[in-house]
This record gives sequence, structure tokens and C-alpha cells, in this order.
Amino acid sequence: MRSEPVVQVQALVKRYGDKTAVDGLDLVAEAGITAVLGPNGAGKTTTVETCEGYRKPDSGAVRVLGLDPVRQSGELHSRIGVMLQSGGVYSGARADEMLRHVAKLHAHPLDVDALIERLGLDSCGRTTYRRLSGGQQQRLALAMAVVGRPELVFLDEPTAGLDPQARRATWDLVRDLRADGVSVILTTHYMDEAEQLADDVAIIDAGKVIAQGSPEQLCRGGAENTLRFTGRPGLDVGSLLKALPADCTAAELTPGSYRVGGKIDPQLLATVTSWCAQHGVMPEKISVERHTLEDVFLELTGKELRS
Amino acid sequence: MTTAGTYTPKPGAAPLPRMIGAQAALETKMLLRNGEQLLLTVIIPTLLLVLFSTVDIIDTGKGKSVDFLAPGILALAVMSTAFTGQAIATGFERRYGVLKRLAASPLPRWGLMTAKTASVLVTEVLQVVLLTAIAFSLGWSPHGNPLSVLLLLILGTAAFSGLGLLMAGTLKAEATLAAANLVFLLLLVGGGVIVPMDKFPAGAQDVLGLLPVSALSDGLRDVLQHGAGMPWGDLGILAVWAVVGLGAAGRFFRWE
Repeated sequence: MRSEPVVQVQALVKRYGDKTAVDGLDLVAEAGITAVLGPNGAGKTTTVETCEGYRKPDSGAVRVLGLDPVRQSGELHSRIGVMLQSGGVYSGARADEMLRHVAKLHAHPLDVDALIERLGLDSCGRTTYRRLSGGQQQRLALAMAVVGRPELVFLDEPTAGLDPQARRATWDLVRDLRADGVSVILTTHYMDEAEQLADDVAIIDAGKVIAQGSPEQLCRGGAENTLRFTGRPGLDVGSLLKALPADCTAAELTPGSYRVGGKIDPQLLATVTSWCAQHGVMPEKISVERHTLEDVFLELTGKELRS
Repeated sequence: MTTAGTYTPKPGAAPLPRMIGAQAALETKMLLRNGEQLLLTVIIPTLLLVLFSTVDIIDTGKGKSVDFLAPGILALAVMSTAFTGQAIATGFERRYGVLKRLAASPLPRWGLMTAKTASVLVTEVLQVVLLTAIAFSLGWSPHGNPLSVLLLLILGTAAFSGLGLLMAGTLKAEATLAAANLVFLLLLVGGGVIVPMDKFPAGAQDVLGLLPVSALSDGLRDVLQHGAGMPWGDLGILAVWAVVGLGAAGRFFRWE
């Protein structure tokens, strides 16, 4: 199935005062699930909210389902579903009451009772929104985003702060949406979430997309794998490095814990173990690790804490 | 668990009248469920009407106290709903992202504002019915043209809504809560609601008389107590407040 991209962002710039939140960002999201990753303050929410029609770009072009989110907001808002990072519900409203209300704003809503049961919101009973747990509030916001049977759903950190069961339930729903032909754009801090769900991942930093591709592509492109082993502390890493092919790296991370980076193939593994044998080293633990999305992310965005 | 195809897209907005009706119903329900709102809109006006009509605390001039008080309390009821209640509710809806979330729904912004107005009007009808019944039981004998009364109530609602929304859309929710309650109290005392204007010094009377609640209570009193025709002066003051308040709210209201 080949169709038009659901989101097209070209050279988007958005400033708040003298702070540039989004700095010439280009992003194309095809049908399916697109995860937008990035450190805090990278411009994820600003980008998503521009697509939802909340913010007017300072420059650049944004098209969502082929529509201009600001000038054609009326048509757009009847075709998309939105889950905000927090809030969005009357503090005195009950979960089912609010969901039924949002359903009434749409022409062909889902069966509200089934959705309530599916997301475990039936346990909320007569409790008003302000007294719901954080997880219940999140699930209600998710339900509100999908109840209108949208073509495209924007989820801003849908599983932030959820317990593992609720995270699974959210993931299952997102997968079902995809299976039924709903496109999803989600922002997240959880690398495993992006790896599990996304067809396509865009990594944003400092207001720009710095990498985009499927999780597999990003992990492969992010480099080779890693081999770790433990032995006695203070081994001669220089000697090990000489035994390895030219483009490999080797380092003692903490005393007695060693890492070899490079193209890890059976030959390299043999080289490392024979070097160990020659030097009378028993590698007590030895492992080959696939590069995870988290490794790629940290490599691209740096390891230091951001304010 | 879920059959395939449950979520197959079938988007679309509900018809406008249905959306606005649903929104107005929900807003009214939220208001009637909120204890503080009920205190402002129902309990305080009722208590003041009963207390000052039956206990001779304030000199309300010649004639029955209730004939003086009932029009003032009706003005207070309009202020409590259209100004104080609406400002506080809308301020917190803005703070908790309700306005933001609804802005991404098929309901257009003007539709939301229409629904809010409808909700205010429904609440006011309930207030007027309740307070009128109580006033009659206290021996109230109103005069005048109901059309003049209706016009005053509508213009008063427009004036107070503009000011309430201006406050809710520009200040923080906590500031709106404090300021709206303070303004309610000050206007209750100084706006001719229960204390006759002639108790104040002449200079102060001229200024106080220009307040929206004074214009509304004075206009209602002219008609209901004294059987006057159209109180053009008071209607004029309310119209100016309505234009200024709604204009400023439309210009400065921030949705998040």
C-alpha cells in the first residue's frame, strides 16, 4: 500500500521570544507508526503541536493529511485524534462522562463502553478526574484521542509514568490501531517503546531531525556491535588492540571490565579469546551485544544531562 | 479481545447543533456539581434575600424590604454566574488544558463560546425561577414590563461574561479565583445590590453608579419596584461594558 505521507514538515522554524525551539526541521511521516525521540527541550512537543494546529510556524511549511493545520484546522480536527502530555479533562468530570462527551463531538465514534472496558477505565466508577491515578488519567486521555475513529493519532508521551501492565495495554492498543489502518505519531523517552512499536523513528535534537529510519536501520547505521568480557584488572589493552583489526576499539571500562567495539564477527571473537589464552586470562563473562536504539540515541545526542 | 476493524478510520464531526448542545449540557453539569459554584450562584443570593427581607438590618427606604431587595438579588445572581462563576471555571479549564484539548476537537472555538453562553443562560434561568419563587413567598409585588427586565438581564449577562472571560483568559487560574471572589464581594457591597446607593457619599455614588452591577440593579429596581419603562441610561451603561468587555476578551484571551 503506497500513499501520501501523513505528515510533511519542511524547514519548520518556531521561536518563543529569543529561544529557538524548532530550528529548520524537516520530517516526513508515512502511514504507520512514527516515533519521535529526543532529549528534553529538543523540540518534540513544539513540532507535534504545530502539526496539531496549536502553533503557527514562524517559517516553513507543515501539511498534515494534506491540510494546513492552522488555516484548515476545522477539517483537520475532525480527522485526527490528540492526546496531550497531561490534562485536558474537566477536574469534576468522571472518566466515562468525559469520554462519552468527546464521542458526541464525532459523527461515527467507537463504542464507548467497549473502549472503557478495553482500557480498564471501568474501575474508575464515579471518581472524578482530579482523583484518578496518573495511569488512569493517561489512559483516559488515550481513549479520548481514539474515540472519534481518526485517521491519524498524535500521542505525546503516552506511557510516561505508567506501570508495566498499563504500558503493555497502551502498546497493544497502538498496535491494533496500526493493524486497522490508523497512523500514529508518538513522542517518547522510552527507547524500548520506539523499538517495539515504531515502523519509523525520528531523533530530534536542538530543534532538528538528526537521524531517521526504521529501528533496525538506525541500530545498524549507528555502528557495529559491542563485545564485553571480564578478566583480571589491568590487562594490557594496547597489546589486545594490536591483535585486533585496525578499525576496532578496546578499553577497560571499569577495573576488570573490558569492551571491544567494531565489527564483531566469529573471527573477531576467536581473536579475542586466543589473545586471552596467550595472556593467561580467563574471561569469566563474555558477551556480544547488539547495538540498541538507546546506544544510538546516546551516541547521537550525547550523554551529558540537559537542563 | 478486539475484533479486527474496530478502529478502522471513519472520522467526521458531529452536526454543529449536537456538538454545542452536548458541550452546553456538560458545562452546566460541571457547574451544578461544583460546591463552591453553588455557594456563589444559589446559596449566597438566597440567604441574602431571605435574611435582609425578614430581618430589619438595612434601611431599604419606604415600602417592603423585599421589593427593594429582589431586583438587587437578581442582579447579584446574574453577576455570580456570568462573571464570578464563569471566570473561575474558565480560568481552571484553561489551566488544566481543557480549553486546549477541546481546541483540537471538531468543536470550533466559537462553538465552545456559544455553549458556555448557553450554559450561563440555563443557570440564570434556574436562579431566576428559584429566587422569584422565594421573593413571592416573602410578599414581593413586582411591576413593570417583563421585556425591559429580560433586556436588562441579557445585557447584564453580556457585560459580565465579557469581563469574566477577560479575567479568565489573561490571569493565572489562582489569581482569577482570588480576584473574581474579591470583585464579587466588593460589588455586592458597593454596587447597590443590598445597600441602597444613597448610603454612599454623593461623589462616590456617581462613580459607583457606572459599575455594571449598579446599572443592572438600578435598572431592575426602576422597572420592578417603580414600574418605570425602558431604563435607557442603565441599558446604555451595560451596553458599553458589554462592548468593552467582550471586545477586550476577544482580543486578549489566551487559550493556554
